[in-house]
Amino acid sequence: MSILEVQNVNKSFGGLKALQNVNLSVEEGTIHAIIGPNGAGKSTLLNCFIGKLIPDTGTVNFDGHSLLGMKPHEINQTGVSRVFQTPEIFSDLTVYENIMIPCFAKRDGSFCLNPLKRVKSEADIHEKAEHMMEDVSMADKRHMIASSLSRGDKRRLEMAMCLAQDPQLLLLDEPTAGMARADTNNTIELLAEIQNKRHITMAVIEHDMHVVFSLAQKISVLAQGTVIVEDLPENIKGHPKVQEAYLGGAH
Amino acid sequence: MFDKFQNNDRMLMLFFIFLVLAGPILLAPLGAGYPDLLQRFCIFGIFAIGFNILFGLTGYLSFGHAAFLGVGSYSAVWMFKLLTMNVIPALILAVVVAGLFSLLIGYISLRRSGIYFSILTLAFAQMSFSLAYSVLTPITNGETGLQLTLDDPRILDAANTSGGLPSTNFFGLTMNSTSKLEFFGMVFQFNVGFYFCAVMLILAFYLAMRIFRSPFGLMLKAIKTNQNRLNYTGVNTRPYTLAAFVISGMYAGLAGGLMACTDPLAGAERMQWTASGEVVLMTILGGSGTLLGPVLGAGFIKYFENIFSKINESVLHGWFSFLPDGLEDLIVWVLHFFVGKGWHLTLGLLFMMVVIFLPGGLLQGAANIIDWIRGKKQSSSTQISNPNSMPAE
Repeated sequence: MSILEVQNVNKSFGGLKALQNVNLSVEEGTIHAIIGPNGAGKSTLLNCFIGKLIPDTGTVNFDGHSLLGMKPHEINQTGVSRVFQTPEIFSDLTVYENIMIPCFAKRDGSFCLNPLKRVKSEADIHEKAEHMMEDVSMADKRHMIASSLSRGDKRRLEMAMCLAQDPQLLLLDEPTAGMARADTNNTIELLAEIQNKRHITMAVIEHDMHVVFSLAQKISVLAQGTVIVEDLPENIKGHPKVQEAYLGGAH
Repeated sequence: MFDKFQNNDRMLMLFFIFLVLAGPILLAPLGAGYPDLLQRFCIFGIFAIGFNILFGLTGYLSFGHAAFLGVGSYSAVWMFKLLTMNVIPALILAVVVAGLFSLLIGYISLRRSGIYFSILTLAFAQMSFSLAYSVLTPITNGETGLQLTLDDPRILDAANTSGGLPSTNFFGLTMNSTSKLEFFGMVFQFNVGFYFCAVMLILAFYLAMRIFRSPFGLMLKAIKTNQNRLNYTGVNTRPYTLAAFVISGMYAGLAGGLMACTDPLAGAERMQWTASGEVVLMTILGGSGTLLGPVLGAGFIKYFENIFSKINESVLHGWFSFLPDGLEDLIVWVLHFFVGKGWHLTLGLLFMMVVIFLPGGLLQGAANIIDWIRGKKQSSSTQISNPNSMPAE
């Protein structure tokens, strides 16, 4: 059963057609990779899922209902979380506070006026946040201000923040960009573990083929705003259309 | 240690209560122990605490907060005119009206953020100021300001009317009654109005502290650092910012109402942009985003305004009379630019130095000094202990 169903999505910026008749379907419980050369429209597509951009035409259905016309926070509340290309975290707050915020958002919904409650006495939130920090092994960094973390840790923190919401669908925009090989392997392990343990559906944009082929159960190749191939990983490698898109012609 | 102290809320609260209640005694040696100024410390402290909830916590710089202060004052005076001279109904009305007014302005202004938000609030405040001066004269009494008169209805007080204008009271305790105490040649003045304002300040501080430590406050901090992330984390930031705006507007209304309680008249100049700018200065000077900072900043600015501005050349001559004549004249000539009418210059320089060297405000300065003293103590103690720890050969 597909949890995310994208049909005939078009999006243009002025004269530039960023997405043309994009069709995509992400199966529940799988890791679906979206690859393609620079400027193929991968990030634009992701932005259409989370309400940052609104497609000109087409439909985006998540878990049986349309995401179009919903605000970003409403989409998130239905169970879609996103990890950004450059980590979007609360950089002035501590690691622990960073993880607590999505826990509160999950429990209290999009708005809750509780100025007289104490953060200290919210036992369930603390339990969950502690648990989450263990999962991404950041417990020793809990009191650090998020901006002082290393790049890899910032990414891990952002991932932990998304996971703390128990999303149904996790969107990852180049989760290993700019990472050293060792960090990349750690991230692959982390993602694989998350998928095994929690069965969260993931859509991953990635450039690193090593990551793509070690994680993805299905791959969509995007080029010049259209999906040229959608297939299993083993069929993608030698596909002539993919080679054409990446190398500029079949050889 | 200072961090620990700040985290320990109960200690902080007790320290604050002591500081405020002992104000008349602590400040008397500094020449600031008279009721009028002490009341102003409290009132502007409340104003700055409220402003800090919006600016320090949420990161929205409002340049029009004086509008709510003015609205609070007008509402309170109207309550004195129509209903009773008791301050409680007046304050309740002031807070409610300022809250509603800030709901309206906030709803519109918060559609934008950053500089556009600041400009929108400034525009609204200046609009309110101009309206209070001109079109709304029937309500605000225009240039003269809203005052009590003998033929006001004062429905609840009708029974006990005597000849003169009545004064504001708290269930019979007159606001401007003062008991004086002489001690070691110094006069300490304990004023009902001050203690009423002080209690209000303590309550306001306590409430702000609760907000700082609540999940709601955490969300406001998150809005300040990354509003985008918060949106994609499933939080609707608009109602949060609006709630912060209204809460800080109500604080301003309370401050305005207290102003009217201590001196029952209200003028439009309270809403002018200079008054809005002043609270920004107070918050930044003291340390925005901290609990104590805004109160400290408010005290500092009001102290400068009232005490520094009173120092004139003859006072300076008195201070430096021990110096030889030529030198004395020179020093007095240099210093007279910075005191008296020139107090703005000193304040400006101080503000510049704080912003450049202490971005965390005076409170950060205090923390640095404490750390420095502790560091010095530690290093000297290690110096002493080192020779002992070395094995004697």
